[in-house]
Amino acid sequence: MVNAVGRELPEKVGSYVVKPYTGIHKEAQTSAPVCSRRRPDPSPRRQSKRMPDLKAAILASGLKDGMTISFHHSFREGDKIVGQVLTAISELGIKGLCFAPSAVVNIKNPSIVDFVKDGTINRIQASGIRGELGDAVLQDLKLAEPVILRPHGARPHAIETGALSIDVAFIGASSADEMGNCTGQTGPNSCGALGYSFIDAVMAEKVVVITDNIVPYPCVPISIAQNYVDFVVQVDEIGDPDKIGAGAARLTKNPRDLLIAQRAADAIAASRLFKDDYSFQTGAGAISIACTNFLAQHTKEAGIQASFALGGMTANIVEMFDEGLVRTILCSQSFDAVAARAFSKSPQIIEIDNSMYSNMYNKSCVLDRLNFGVLGALEVDVDFNINILTGSNGEMMSGIGGGPDVADGADISIVTLPVIRGRTPSIVNRVFTCCTPGTSVAMVVTEAGIALNPAHKNYQMLKEDLSAAGLKLVTIEYLRDLAYSLTGIPKPIETTDEVVCIVEYRDGTVIDVIRRIKTDKIE
Amino acid sequence: MAQIHLKRTSLYVSGASPINMVQAAFYNEDCLVYDLEDSVPISEKDAARLLVYHTVRYHRPADKYVIIRVNGLYSEFIDEDLEAAVRARPNAIRLPKVEHPDEVRRIADQISRIEKDAGIPDGTIELWCNIESYLGLINAYEIATADPRVVAMALGAEDFTASMKARRTKDGLEIFYARNALLTACRRAGVDAIDAVFSDINDIEGLKEDTLLARNLGFDGKTCVHPRQIDVVNAFFTPSAKEIRQALRILEAVEEGKRQKKGAVTLDGSMIDKPIELRALTTLAQARAAGIPIEGGPNHG
Repeated sequence: MVNAVGRELPEKVGSYVVKPYTGIHKEAQTSAPVCSRRRPDPSPRRQSKRMPDLKAAILASGLKDGMTISFHHSFREGDKIVGQVLTAISELGIKGLCFAPSAVVNIKNPSIVDFVKDGTINRIQASGIRGELGDAVLQDLKLAEPVILRPHGARPHAIETGALSIDVAFIGASSADEMGNCTGQTGPNSCGALGYSFIDAVMAEKVVVITDNIVPYPCVPISIAQNYVDFVVQVDEIGDPDKIGAGAARLTKNPRDLLIAQRAADAIAASRLFKDDYSFQTGAGAISIACTNFLAQHTKEAGIQASFALGGMTANIVEMFDEGLVRTILCSQSFDAVAARAFSKSPQIIEIDNSMYSNMYNKSCVLDRLNFGVLGALEVDVDFNINILTGSNGEMMSGIGGGPDVADGADISIVTLPVIRGRTPSIVNRVFTCCTPGTSVAMVVTEAGIALNPAHKNYQMLKEDLSAAGLKLVTIEYLRDLAYSLTGIPKPIETTDEVVCIVEYRDGTVIDVIRRIKTDKIE
Repeated sequence: MAQIHLKRTSLYVSGASPINMVQAAFYNEDCLVYDLEDSVPISEKDAARLLVYHTVRYHRPADKYVIIRVNGLYSEFIDEDLEAAVRARPNAIRLPKVEHPDEVRRIADQISRIEKDAGIPDGTIELWCNIESYLGLINAYEIATADPRVVAMALGAEDFTASMKARRTKDGLEIFYARNALLTACRRAGVDAIDAVFSDINDIEGLKEDTLLARNLGFDGKTCVHPRQIDVVNAFFTPSAKEIRQALRILEAVEEGKRQKKGAVTLDGSMIDKPIELRALTTLAQARAAGIPIEGGPNHG
């Protein structure tokens, strides 16, 4: 069958029944109650939940073959929790687990691929499987079921509907007390917001908090509260602070990226929605960080204040807050050390649940009030569909993240990317993997001009505003032709028929699948 | 009417860097200078020449004034550089370290021959002369008038100060005379004057001060060595509202003169000659390039 973005989908992949994407806001909501696995404590009135080590906690959690385990990705590439837990599980001989973190970042030591090969893991669900694991999945790694990739907003929805049912959630925290109150905001390995694990804490059957910094009761602040936590384990080290995010991310000096960032900020400032109390989400890529700086300048020049900045936080958004350019920060993830430690500055900097941030099936989510969302992409096609997963060599380059949620939720979604990267065109006829439907994308901003999407709900307004500001408007076809004139048209990536990843949209339908990449490897 | 080419900014991009060559087309510089000289290592000269030829011939940015800077006039590369550069059909060839009008005449003859061989109309390709020594400065007017192809001269401050045994400083007092002398020669010859580069790409405030001085002295533009300098420099060469009004008045007077079939046109008691008309057109083109809407006035540039 073919879905609403023209993707050929099988009706069933393994045990997964494919529900095709039919268009934005076309999927009917379920009215069934949410499916929490949480249970009353079988051993109430405990005075400490500390366990001597990870293995003891794993055994006490009742983890068995075939169950589902979860983690958050807030320690990014500095994460040492996933590796330690999987090693302990593997040594206990537990097999055939479904590994369901909020995202897999490129963790190399130990390699997650090895836990698939030794049978500890045989299924994966996440927002992304960037790096070695993703490349292996696309090429030759065998799993029992295809990987399910979901945007940030779809994960809590999948947990609430029972599509993703977590048996044991392992939650890394940079500080915790012996009853399980914990946070990522303090301690030597602080990662900031724990927004991605709130839903796991509330919904999983068992919750294990892992820290390297036990603090006197009660832990302050409390990000995840003791009433959701079963066990607490202290380990030597939960992360590598240099890789978690040391200091503030540096502002790019790449003139191309600066030009794109400036254009994106100029487009925001040209919009009639750029007024007192506007709201924005810019993100953490090189272009995004530069865009935040240009947006700060525009905000200052206009003499206005943003009502809130949303999502992943960076040092320069905190700087905007310090300068009074933004009134509130609603932070689900902290991208650098400055952002990670900013919460104590003011009650106006708030750690929020990822579900509150992005889950469209909540009673409401913040994203659906957002004015401006700036996104990155690997590829955009002439229908404005976005690929943020697979690179030109058939590698897993990134995760879906919250891009599809932001594109749909924001009044104006802005995709920033260069026309070409190296010898690869970024604006193409058809993206290899569709992660975000083009109809939710308002504009694509490149170094060669801004392409507005005629199919977007705010096209007419944007056309008027950006034209009046004298910004360089081009068509998406012009950008594609320019890209192809510089690089030529690349040979298509060859795949087999085997589906290795299912890509879900924010409403839980299937927007695309990724088939196994044909490689030149000699068997 | 002559076509107006803005020369507020000319960005050097190395012929040895394909990715920079591709990207350079997307910035806001008026003139893009593909370099075969200082930025290209000796071992890469052949490759750079071919790459620049193909880029200018087949992937030329549509809205830029395109220049190729060739190697030294006495170097072993100059003949092959000229063959490739002329056949690539840029707007202009930029000659480094010009010191004598005979050098310009020799190169202009060579260009004429190659234009003829390649079927390019004679005189199509213009010349920019880099003045980079005391000798070049002394001969500046003669260089500017050595051949009608010469349309601009640019000061090369680093080599110039070396030839003077001077020390290069940020405030640039050591090139103050050279800037004025070059400008005087350019104005007398009726060619454009391009200021020297400001080398510290991280010092934007310094660049602003340097560009303000250049603009106030009378330069038509400035050479840039990094894309981040372009918008800063362009901003200084954006005309004021008063200058735009005056340019519009001049062009209206010229149009009126044409309608009345007058030979000579005056405005406020002064004669409007060709250079004044061209300057007025340039002012409007600069204003349009800066995004200033112009009501009325001919749509040139």
